[in-house]
Amino acid sequence: MSRSTVALQVGMLARRSVVRTLRQPAMVIPALTFPLLLLAINSSGLDSATRLPGFPSDSYFEFALAIAFVQGALFSANSAGTNVSNDVETGFLNRLSLTPLRRVALLLGQLAGILALGLIQAVTFLGVGLVFGAGIKAGVGGALVIVAMSLLISLAFGCIGAFVALRTGSGEAVQGTFPLFFAALFLSSMSLPRNLIESDWFRTIADWNPVSYMLEGIRSLVITGWDGEALALGFACAGTLALLALAATASALRTRMART
Amino acid sequence: MRRGGFISIALAVGWRNVHTYFTNPAFIVPGILFPLFFFTAFAGGLSRVDSIPGFDYSAGYTAFVYGFVLLQASAFGGIFTGFSIARDFESGFSRRLMLAAPRRGGIVGGYWIAAVVRAGFNVLMITIVGLITGLQIAGNGVDLVGLYTLALLVNAAAMLFGSGVAMRLRTMQAGPAMQVPVFLILFLAPVWVPYDLLTGWVQAAASANPLTLALEAGRGFIAGDPTKVLPAFAVVAGLLTLSVLWARGGLRSAERAV
Amino acid sequence: MAEAAIEAFGLVREFKKGLRAVDDIELRVEPGEVYGFLGPNGAGKSTTVHMLTTLLPPTAGSARVGGHDVVTEGEEVRAIIGAALQDAALDPFLTGSEHMKLQTALHGMRGREGRERGEELLTRVGLSKAADRKVGGYSGGMRRRLDLALALVHRPRILFLDEPTTGLDVQSRSALWEEVQRLAGDRGVTVFLTTQYLEEADVLADRVGIIHRGRIVAEGTPEALKAEIGRPSVEATPVEEEDLPRMRQVLTRFGEAVASSPKGAAVRLLGGDAQLAQVVRALDAEDIGIQDLQLHAPTLDDVFLAKTGRSLEGAAEEEEPNPRRDAAAREEALAA
Repeated sequence: MSRSTVALQVGMLARRSVVRTLRQPAMVIPALTFPLLLLAINSSGLDSATRLPGFPSDSYFEFALAIAFVQGALFSANSAGTNVSNDVETGFLNRLSLTPLRRVALLLGQLAGILALGLIQAVTFLGVGLVFGAGIKAGVGGALVIVAMSLLISLAFGCIGAFVALRTGSGEAVQGTFPLFFAALFLSSMSLPRNLIESDWFRTIADWNPVSYMLEGIRSLVITGWDGEALALGFACAGTLALLALAATASALRTRMART
Repeated sequence: MRRGGFISIALAVGWRNVHTYFTNPAFIVPGILFPLFFFTAFAGGLSRVDSIPGFDYSAGYTAFVYGFVLLQASAFGGIFTGFSIARDFESGFSRRLMLAAPRRGGIVGGYWIAAVVRAGFNVLMITIVGLITGLQIAGNGVDLVGLYTLALLVNAAAMLFGSGVAMRLRTMQAGPAMQVPVFLILFLAPVWVPYDLLTGWVQAAASANPLTLALEAGRGFIAGDPTKVLPAFAVVAGLLTLSVLWARGGLRSAERAV
Repeated sequence: MAEAAIEAFGLVREFKKGLRAVDDIELRVEPGEVYGFLGPNGAGKSTTVHMLTTLLPPTAGSARVGGHDVVTEGEEVRAIIGAALQDAALDPFLTGSEHMKLQTALHGMRGREGRERGEELLTRVGLSKAADRKVGGYSGGMRRRLDLALALVHRPRILFLDEPTTGLDVQSRSALWEEVQRLAGDRGVTVFLTTQYLEEADVLADRVGIIHRGRIVAEGTPEALKAEIGRPSVEATPVEEEDLPRMRQVLTRFGEAVASSPKGAAVRLLGGDAQLAQVVRALDAEDIGIQDLQLHAPTLDDVFLAKTGRSLEGAAEEEEPNPRRDAAAREEALAA
């Protein structure tokens, strides 16, 4: 009997990952609606913040749009982590271990599910933003870069969720990381630009928090145009986090799928 | 054999829930951490907001945020008790309670006692942290009594709402059905800026939101400048009345299922 | 001697804090044999299966499956074995067909070959009509059947079944037994079956290994093991309930008391079934009316009792570590 190629294995597992993600409305719908709801509330509730001297935009909605993308990525973490922990808890991972499946194929397959949800989120948030009057200063090209950065951020957080699931084998542990991700989002330049944060300790945390730069990268494309520094920092932070998380996930998978 | 009256049942159920709460870090920690986190994140991250032209609150932004977080902790303290009720139904423990207790309203009373203790503990922690980090409460003793009474009533209303949902659905899957309405009511209020600085649809929503009055009255107590006190208490009392009826209906539903 | 299908030499698996879930297991299973691994919960059955199926490295000892070492030739072992482990290991969001498509593809079956093999197996286990339904909606019996079908995709010559009928109703259990018998009988597949059910081991297994606290305490054909114990037991129920204590007293003259129904008394007859007539006469002499009298041949439970001092039912050990969740133990094993 011939062995399946790695490419075929990746294809099969990617298909499975995408299908099972999309077949869970309880996971997909909050991942889309919750960030939009918060965006609606925040942007209207804090619209007067645009009157602060030095605020970089006339529209708090445009300023806050970036939050939806990052918040959506947190849901990716939850979704990826929950799916992987289910595989561990049900023994499905053992079933896969007993086939000629290559670990790299399983990893890449899982990533496909993360990216599928991330793409749906990015397109949705961008669409809603445009419908409700947000202008993307960087134009169509900027919109594409927003999608790319959003996918990279989803990948990073999705891998973190998968890592936690593989390390612990527990869906509860995955759920337990959700508040930590939210903390990371809140302790950033989420609500105000860093230079307008009055509290020293908060500004220091925001300065060191990579999430700030991810937000600012996306935000710059919406409210400023092409800002090389913001983009570079955003991609660097998202990319580094993604690489580290991927490496950690690969290591955890090696341990979890420890067949001889 | 004597069987328990309302108060003894309520005390027994209340004791059990309070004991469970304080001996399980998994319950205590989220109850404190979330409001505490919001408090520090908003007060720290948005402190510049008090520089917005038209922002008129004498006690400072930290106190402004504290007013919201107080009500948030109170409301969610009530909702988390609703989760406990749902958990008890799912495990079958509620059936045991309902079969043993002749005055079943006492069971709900017991859960309310637990909700008050939980919320009180969380509010105490948040207040201590707030005071350490510079929270200034300008209100006098009477103002504070008014403030914490308001919080207590919000806690009771949320708890009874949650219990009504839990007793109808009788499963932990009822969580979102309890959380989402309370979350919306909380956040469709003047959370970060006073009502007058709200714009757009949120202002419209806040004007119709009963919690807006409670929030403004609470902030008035904190600033030592009571405002809209009677309307706020009237509205919260109204919410509480509706919640009592809702919870009673839930109890009937649960009794039918025993 | 022909090469064994499965051999274990001093197999040991130790977990955290020195817990030995498997303690020096030696066994040999011949090709085409159905080997029943019988023991209570926590005895070490699943841990043994995980080691033999390459999912867990042994702490000490070695094992060969299909002539390949489970540690150094894991890939070769996996190519020739199928396994339906304790959890049905299915994705609730995929349909039966989708599971089959994934499994056949992973085993290198392309296009029509994979499709036909999938349909053949789904039909064989009676799931062709439910194939397009999500597994989340399957009953326990259906999940087990799908699990078995997936384990057979690549026509393994050695099949591991870890408590395949636990939690199933009688009908589903019988259906699964029939399939196992067909596999072993018609197709010569070697079956290594773990179970906590005496009847299952009795009906299906050519040979039985009884495991207790990680060690094999008895091994042989069911008949030989029972014959080793030898002695039948008699159980009697009195007409009048108040005669029960006196009935017990009479019966214990003929052997040691054993478990019985609440309304009866039972003893293992020291002198074998020849004593039955004496038992009846003794009860009659004491004027004890007999409502019911049964002679029981020895069971595998009697074998377990004789070897361990405990009955198999109710002899659940402390919880066997769940090998697939013990990530720390895996790390230890990898580092070792």
